[in-house]
Amino acid sequence: MTIYGVALLAISFLLGQWMGELLGDWLGIQANVGGVGFAMIFLMLGKEWLVQKKQMTAEMTGGIAFWSKMYIPVVIAMAASLNVKSAISSGSLALIAGIIPVLASFLAFPWIMKKFNPRHHG
Amino acid sequence: MDNLVGLIEKNGLIFGFLCIGIIFLVGEMLSKTIFRAKIPGSAIAIFLGLLLGYLGGLWSDGEKGIAGISLFAGIGLLGGSMFRDFTIVATALGANLELIRKAGWLGLISLLFGIVLFFVLGVLLAFAWGFRDAASLCTIGAGACTYIVGPITGAAVGASSEVIALSIATGVVKTIAVTIFTPIAAKRIGLKSPESAMAFGGMMGTSSGVAAGLAATDPSLVPYGAVTATFYTGVGCLLCPSLFYLILNLFF
Repeated sequence: MTIYGVALLAISFLLGQWMGELLGDWLGIQANVGGVGFAMIFLMLGKEWLVQKKQMTAEMTGGIAFWSKMYIPVVIAMAASLNVKSAISSGSLALIAGIIPVLASFLAFPWIMKKFNPRHHG
Repeated sequence: MDNLVGLIEKNGLIFGFLCIGIIFLVGEMLSKTIFRAKIPGSAIAIFLGLLLGYLGGLWSDGEKGIAGISLFAGIGLLGGSMFRDFTIVATALGANLELIRKAGWLGLISLLFGIVLFFVLGVLLAFAWGFRDAASLCTIGAGACTYIVGPITGAAVGASSEVIALSIATGVVKTIAVTIFTPIAAKRIGLKSPESAMAFGGMMGTSSGVAAGLAATDPSLVPYGAVTATFYTGVGCLLCPSLFYLILNLFF
């Protein structure tokens, strides 16, 4: 049943968000802290558990896959409903902060590979 | 005509699906024709979304972009926090635990290194541009990670809508930069094996940028880059509004 997949996603989402709220309270920040990250971990663990129990059907996976494919459309909708007008005033920052770290990463990448690739350590 | 407008306003979310579908179609067409598929259609569609947000803001003189116009209010519902977080959690489906174990040490190191590097540089540049409050600095640093970590962080730490929009714009620029520069730099940085692709995906993070960049370099590397890149957003969402924000709070 497709709805079982959606329901698994929903319970992971709610539990994760709840943990985020609790962590936020605990840290003394009036905000949800890492709820989405926790929810993702719950979803993966829940999925693994069901796969091991042989209860994860293709239809259930489809119920989750539909929503995972909707994330870019939702991001587009989110972009369209933001206060872009005001962001334009400091627009050069978006260009600089988008490009400079990418170039820095390209420079650092060979170093990371050399330092941590297990192949180089035998 | 009044009937149609009334119908749309009553079924805003449904009209939102249609609008986003059309924006996506235009993005794909522009990608294929003008940019010869060098820039992914999704990245162009996101830019079109930001453009509409800008025009909507001008038109309605409000703070909600195109959703400030009552006819397009459904786009605001579709792009609101509920659907946004729900769909992003669903992307964890693509992360295979077994493959992640195989990426192992190298993947984890590059993942953490990448998030810290992008975040720190993003924060430093935002500071140089005159931002001085922890919430804005944290959101822009998170936006330098990906255009998803930015708004999630911004919502969590209570950044303004302008700063959140800026963080998304930053993340979108990053996606395009990774897409364009990856095939150019691949040979020089030794990006040729599955291991290096895993490290690359972990370090760069932006799933669509990594997938598009690797596809232009060597299509067989795409799944290896994608598996670590998938984790970047989750780990970023976990670290940026929590640990990184707390550290920033010590300074500002």
